Amino acid sequence: MLRTAAAVVAGKTARALARRRGGGSAFPGLVAERLDPRILGRALAEVRGGIVVVSGTNGKTTTTKMLVALLRAHGRSVVTNPTGSNFTRGVLSEMLPQLPLSGRLRSDMVVVELDEAHAMRFIEQVAPTHALLLNVARDQLDRFAEIDHTADLLARLGAASTQGVVANADDPFIARAADALSVPVRWFGLDASIADRLPELTEHDARFEDDLAAREAGPGDARLRPRDERAFDVVFDDVTVGPVTLQQRGLAAMINATAATTTARLLLGDAFDADRCARALAAVRPPFGRGEVVVVDGQPLELVLVKNPAGFGVALSTYGASPVATMVAINDNDADGRDVSWLYDVSFASLRERGVALTSGVRAYDMALRLHYDDVATERVVPDLEEALDAFVAAHPEEPKRVFCTYTAMMALRRTLAARYGLAHFGEEAPA
Amino acid sequence: MSSQVLTPDGPSKGTLTLVHLYPREMSIYGDRGNTHALASRIRRHGYSVEVVLHDPGDPFRADAHLVLGGGGQDSGQARVEADLEAIGPSLKAMARDGVPMLVICGMYQLFGDSFHTVTGQVLPGLSILEVTTRGNDKRMIGPVCLETDLGRVVGYENHSGSTVLGPGQQPFGRVLAGHGNNGEDGTEGARTANVIGSYLHGPLLPANPMVSDALIAVAAEQATGRPFEPAQLADPLATQARERQVRRLLRAR
Ligand SMILES: [Zn+2]
Repeated sequence: MLRTAAAVVAGKTARALARRRGGGSAFPGLVAERLDPRILGRALAEVRGGIVVVSGTNGKTTTTKMLVALLRAHGRSVVTNPTGSNFTRGVLSEMLPQLPLSGRLRSDMVVVELDEAHAMRFIEQVAPTHALLLNVARDQLDRFAEIDHTADLLARLGAASTQGVVANADDPFIARAADALSVPVRWFGLDASIADRLPELTEHDARFEDDLAAREAGPGDARLRPRDERAFDVVFDDVTVGPVTLQQRGLAAMINATAATTTARLLLGDAFDADRCARALAAVRPPFGRGEVVVVDGQPLELVLVKNPAGFGVALSTYGASPVATMVAINDNDADGRDVSWLYDVSFASLRERGVALTSGVRAYDMALRLHYDDVATERVVPDLEEALDAFVAAHPEEPKRVFCTYTAMMALRRTLAARYGLAHFGEEAPA
Repeated sequence: MSSQVLTPDGPSKGTLTLVHLYPREMSIYGDRGNTHALASRIRRHGYSVEVVLHDPGDPFRADAHLVLGGGGQDSGQARVEADLEAIGPSLKAMARDGVPMLVICGMYQLFGDSFHTVTGQVLPGLSILEVTTRGNDKRMIGPVCLETDLGRVVGYENHSGSTVLGPGQQPFGRVLAGHGNNGEDGTEGARTANVIGSYLHGPLLPANPMVSDALIAVAAEQATGRPFEPAQLADPLATQARERQVRRLLRAR
C-alpha cells in the first residue's frame, strides 16, 4: 500500500534527521502516523510470537528490559522501546529502522512498556496478545487524577489482551482487576517466607482494608524467594530459576525479574529454559537512572530516580541498609510532576542517623524543609544542580555517594557527570 | 481511632488535642503533611500535642482544640458520608465556639452549603462555610500564590469542583497566581472566624508556618485558658521555600 510505504519512508527520514541532531524522540513516529494513521496496527499484523504490553506505575523500564533479555536469550527476535519512551509514537519511532516498505514488521515478538494512559491509545490500534500488570501507585497525580482511575485503565488493558495476562498477586488493585478477566492469568508474587517484606514494595491503600487472601500458586505462577540481599530464586511449581544475582540491587528489582520470568515462560511455553533465564537475568544492566553507578574520583556515585511516594519509599528501604553520603535533587517540571506535595507521603526517617549532605534542584528548599519535618538534618541547600554536584563530590571525596533525583534533575546531573567523568552518552544505553 | 501524645523537649506549657478527620479516606496529595507540620510546630512552641486520627465510626473527640481535614477521591468521600453526618452537629458547634479548623479540597467542599454534581444531584454539606460547589469537567491544577490576612501563602491546587462564595462569606485569600475557587472571581478558599477552607494541598502548612501559628495561637489559648506563649522560632527553610516560590510564580505571570 502506497500510503504505508510513504509513511514508512517519511518516518525513517525524520528519524535519521532527529538522530543527526542528537536526540531520539517520538517525532519520527508522529510523522509516520500523520501519513498513515493505521500504521502501527499494520506494522504489527504479522508479529506471530506475541505482542506484549508492560504497564503499571513502577518498574516498567527494568521489567521490560529483563523480559526482552529473557526472550532474546531463547533466540527470539524482539522489538521493544528501550529508551523508556512511554508512548505509542515512541514505539513506532523505535520500530521504524526495522520496518520494510510493506510496513509489516518481521520480528517474532514485540514487547513495549507503556504508561496506563498510553496503553489505552495503543489498544485502540492494536490488540496485545499479552499484558503484564505490575502495580498501581500514585504517580504524577496531576496527570492521572486518581488512583482508582489508574487501576481502571490497567483493568482495561488486561481485558483487551487476547491470549493471557501476567499479574501481581500482591497488589490489591492489580489482583482485583485480573481476577475479573476471562483470559488465562499467571500470577507472580512474593514467597510466603518473605511476605512480611511486602510493605517495602507496595503502597498499601488503606481504603480497602480487606487483606489480600493468600493466593495458592498454580501451574505457570512464580514466587520470588530471596537467598540474601542480592541472590534469589524464581520458583515455579515444577522448575526453579536460580540462583540469580542481578546487577541491580534490592527487592524491587527481584520482583521485576520474577514478573519478567513469569511472562517469558507464558510466552515461550515448552521452549522455556531455566538455566538460560538465570544467565540472561544476571547479564541485564540496570536501566538508565535506576541504580546506575558512575565512578567519580575512584568512588562510586549512584543515581536513583524517584518519582512517586511508593518508588521513593522502595528506594529508601533498598538503600537504607548501607548509609552513604546522600544528596536529594528535586525539580518540578512536567516530567517530574509539578506538585511536590507527594514528598510528604514518604517517610525519610531512615536518613535521620546519617543526615543529608545536600539538597538541590528547583525545589531544594522545599526538600530540605520536608527533611526537617522528619528530623533529618541537611548540611547544605544548593538549588543549582551543577554547583550542588561539585560541592557534594568535593565535600565527600573518600566515600561512596548516592543521589536521589527526579527525572529532569537526573537528566541534568547525568549530563554534567557525562561531561566530567565520561558516562555513556545521554539517553543511550551503554553497550552490554 | 488512634491517638498519640507528643511532648516538647522542655517543660510543657499545656496540651492541645488535634483531630485529623479521616486520614485514610481523605488524605491525598500529602494532606498528612499538614497534621505532621502542625503537631511538630506545637511541640516547638513548647506545648504537648495529642494527635487523634478519626476514622469513620469512631467516637468523636468534641473536646478537640484543632481540627484538620483533607481531600479525597470520590470513593473516599463516599466512605465518610455517614460518619460526617453523625459528627456534623458537633463540628458545627465547635466551629461556632471558635475552634480552629483547616479543611482542604474535598473536606472544604463538604464544609460548605452544598455540592452540585455534574449529573445534577445536589448533596447537602455541613454549612460551616457559606460556599457552594459545582462539579465540572475542567480540572484546576497548578501552583498557587495568595495574598491573605496572614501574609503571602503558596501551595498547589488540584480540583475539579468550582466553588462560589455566598454573599457574606470571606475568602481565605486573593489569588495572585493560580485558579483559586473557580478560576474567575480571584478568590481562594473561605474563612469564617477560625475555620479556614482551601484548595491548597501543598501541603499548605509546612511552607506557610504563619498559618500554623495563627491556628495554634487560638487553640493554645482555648486549651490553657492563658494567652498563647509562643517560642521564638526561626524558619529559614520555610521562608526560602515560600519566597522563592512567590518570586517564581509572580514573575511568570
Ligand atoms: Zn484537591
